Amino acid sequence: MYRIESEEYQISQQPYYAPQGNEIELFESAYQNCIPVLLKGPTGCGKSRFMEYMAWRLGRSLVTVACHDDLTASDLVGRYLIVGGETQWVDGPLTRAVRIGGICYLDEIVEARKDTTVVIHPLADDRRVLPIDKTGELLYASDQFNLTISYNPGYQSVLKDLKQSTRQRFLSLEFNYPNEELEQSIITHESGIDPGNAAALVRFAMMTRNLKGSGLEEGASTRLLIHAAKLMVSGVTPLDACNACISQTLTDDPEILTAIQEMASSLF
Amino acid sequence: MADRINYSSGRVNQPLAEFEIEEFLKDLLGAVLTSRRTAAEPALKLSSLHRSEQDFALHWAGVISKSNSEMAFQFVSHVTQAFSLLDTEGVTQWIIEAMDIYDRDGLYLGSAALRGVELFAEKLVQNQYSVTFNDVVTVMNKYAIGVSGRHLEMDEDKKAWTDTETMYLPHSVRQFESSRRNFELYKAMVGFMLAQSRFGTFRVDQATGVPIVCTKIANYRDPARALRIFEAVEEHRLLARLETELPGLARQMRMLKQDSSSGQQLTSEFPEFERVQDSDATVNDSLTLVKQLYDKKVNFPEPACYQGVIDLEQVRLVTRQRVEMEREKFRTDLALLAEGVLDESEPDRDGLKREAYQVSYSQEMESDRHGDGELTVTIEGQPVAPPEDMIQTAKSIIQDFGEIPEDYLVPAGTALYDAGQSTEDRPEKEIGKLEDGIFYDEWDYRRCHYRKNWCVLKELEMHPGSAQTVTAILAKYFHLVREIRKSFEALRGDDRMLRRQKIGDDIDIDAVVGSYVDVVKGEELSERLFIKSRRMERNLAVVFMVDVSGSTKGWINEAERESLVLLSEALEALGDRYAIYGFSGMTRKRCEVYRIKTFEEPYNHHVKARMAGMKPQDYTRMGVVIRHLTEKLKRIEAKTRVLITISDGKPDDYDGYRGEYGIEDTRQALLEAKHAGIHPFCVTIDTHAHEYLPHMYGHVNYTVVSDIRKLPLKVSDIYRKLTT
Repeated sequence: MYRIESEEYQISQQPYYAPQGNEIELFESAYQNCIPVLLKGPTGCGKSRFMEYMAWRLGRSLVTVACHDDLTASDLVGRYLIVGGETQWVDGPLTRAVRIGGICYLDEIVEARKDTTVVIHPLADDRRVLPIDKTGELLYASDQFNLTISYNPGYQSVLKDLKQSTRQRFLSLEFNYPNEELEQSIITHESGIDPGNAAALVRFAMMTRNLKGSGLEEGASTRLLIHAAKLMVSGVTPLDACNACISQTLTDDPEILTAIQEMASSLF
Repeated sequence: MADRINYSSGRVNQPLAEFEIEEFLKDLLGAVLTSRRTAAEPALKLSSLHRSEQDFALHWAGVISKSNSEMAFQFVSHVTQAFSLLDTEGVTQWIIEAMDIYDRDGLYLGSAALRGVELFAEKLVQNQYSVTFNDVVTVMNKYAIGVSGRHLEMDEDKKAWTDTETMYLPHSVRQFESSRRNFELYKAMVGFMLAQSRFGTFRVDQATGVPIVCTKIANYRDPARALRIFEAVEEHRLLARLETELPGLARQMRMLKQDSSSGQQLTSEFPEFERVQDSDATVNDSLTLVKQLYDKKVNFPEPACYQGVIDLEQVRLVTRQRVEMEREKFRTDLALLAEGVLDESEPDRDGLKREAYQVSYSQEMESDRHGDGELTVTIEGQPVAPPEDMIQTAKSIIQDFGEIPEDYLVPAGTALYDAGQSTEDRPEKEIGKLEDGIFYDEWDYRRCHYRKNWCVLKELEMHPGSAQTVTAILAKYFHLVREIRKSFEALRGDDRMLRRQKIGDDIDIDAVVGSYVDVVKGEELSERLFIKSRRMERNLAVVFMVDVSGSTKGWINEAERESLVLLSEALEALGDRYAIYGFSGMTRKRCEVYRIKTFEEPYNHHVKARMAGMKPQDYTRMGVVIRHLTEKLKRIEAKTRVLITISDGKPDDYDGYRGEYGIEDTRQALLEAKHAGIHPFCVTIDTHAHEYLPHMYGHVNYTVVSDIRKLPLKVSDIYRKLTT
């Protein structure tokens, strides 16, 4: 059996995280009370960064799984591999996290197949156990283990919704884009851009967020703003940076694209 | 049309003679010719044209006469002149524009447009760089929503102006010799109007409910002069504010102003202007300045090119109406909100006092153009989250007043609340009002162009019948239902094992045994030793579009209903997403779609009742319905999207939507649907369908059910075959 080095998943440096509200306290008490956590919020608003920060703060390992639509239960739990003519069991990331007593973060859980959500059910209630069918093992989670999942309720799709039986096991933390001032300071911190341009970028983001539902699925995320800001710091003109990092990223529709580009040219 | 003439005589390339043309025109336009108004004159003119131009002209004369003979007469009278001024492309544009005007504004203006060919030609030359309202409206709309955070109406008019609810923009802009600059001018107009509402040009006086500017300007002896001064002063104030808020836009506006040499700076002459350029200057400061300048002898320069005009009377009317409406709406919302909170604790609603409420909104909301501020309502100490539309109302109110006035915070009484509710329950009343319909283009195959916003479609709820009917149908087809369910359940996505995979959930023992043999024999060990289970998911959304026109009366209607019932049973077993809509209508102004089941709705007794209530209505205008349902399907995320029409015949409507016209429009609508990634399919009981359906749907995309009684059985069967 492979040895698991929990150090691999340790976060040694303090990640930058600017709290939006009381999410840090809430997460901490959830962790202490062994309650699994659900992070809701649009893409690029800081959910993953928050998890890194919390793992660092609590001194636990963080195992992150980005879910996709081909993710099966055995991708999470583990599987037998054949090595040199013999079968060998290899733990999946979820099993690994349970064994080392770390935090397992399943990002964008709704993207995964429906059957994967079911394997986390026994882990996410008071049983806190992970049954591994293939080996017949019942893996009990220690108090240090925590399960966190995230999902974006903004998708207007019938396919991508979280079942009640799953969501009613979690404590929910809602994330949103930070308010204007906070977002400005986040961008400034992450990219080193001057406050004036940071403010204009935030205003630009708000304009695109206004278009949500009128042609855009989602407005510009904080992550995109940071990308644009970094480019601007390295000498790209604001309009080019906004176009490459934000406008073109958000949409392919020529008319909406023009509208967004005009917004940028109104600001810079 | 023209090809009827003399092709046989072998003079294909020679111009037609005057008498030949005259004969043709007499035939075509007989209805509008008199003894004094003959076909001789146009025929004489036409005879001077080249043969290709003659053919073109006579072809179009035929096309136009289908719409209106008088239009066709005007056309043949002017087409020769048109050819002397324009190339064929230009002549086509001239025709299309005139026909659009005719469709929209009637014969008088339509024929005037044909007569005005000279003007048109002149315009076309200038138009090289011109940008039209239609070119920019979508982009400008998104731009305005993005910048202001509110949904704003846009429409075209002669000049740029706003009544505070709708932004009017000119039909076309061609001031600059570059399309980019002309586009920028549109943008500047929109930006300026957004600034007017954002920075409170039409701020409302709380006491009167009328914008302050309306009252103040009306008090001058010469209101027109006062308004002109006001416009100039406001332009300075708003531009200064934009300078800080949207510096890029302000820069563009300044450039436009410079290039068009309009709206010169006045600051140097009048130091008073500096006051209105402060960042906290309001409309009151502007009005004070107007007062100071009014008596001075000043010649104001031309207004800036993007400035448009201010129509105080319209502003007053629209604002007053809105203020009144929103006041009631806000108070009603408040009452509803309060009722929700106090329901359990305090049944006596009349006992509610103002003190029980506290409405607060963050400062951000007041000043924040992005509208991200928060509205919080506190009722009896409990904070309540207001619904989205209430927040929108609050934003609009703040836009008008700068705050939410005190008297808005008194919830409306019970009477108002009831009145507000009952209006929503009267869909019948809405019928006949054009405004709340959805507009769709229609394809005119003769013109090879769309008729813009030609059809008005309304989506209504199918009047429910008795759900008992459905139970009876289910009882009647008891055995069939069981069979259908069984065969459809077998289709449901089940796990399928993929053997001999490189990666998988389990070990494929057969493969391992086989490889073991290989290894013993000294051969290479295969990598493919696993079983992967793969769920075959059906990712499918389907809309059924059911003909409920008058011709389905009797048997057909009954058979359609039975088909739908059986189909729903099947689809429930299968788990596919589906929606059912009936359609009918009379003329382009009353196309109707009846909701029977939406995608979101489960198959419940409401749906059953609506199926039972399906009654034959009027005519069959199919194109517009296909366009509407295509829009619906587009919004559904599914790998496969299917639009199935259940019909009894050709498209047919009262106002000329029949024969080739109807078929071609339907075909065009289906092409649009295919373009959007939707698979159209048609089930029909018309035995003559082979004559026209292949043209509309393609050779494989339809089925004819010849025996109506078999329709219910067949439809499920067809669906099963179609989707596996």
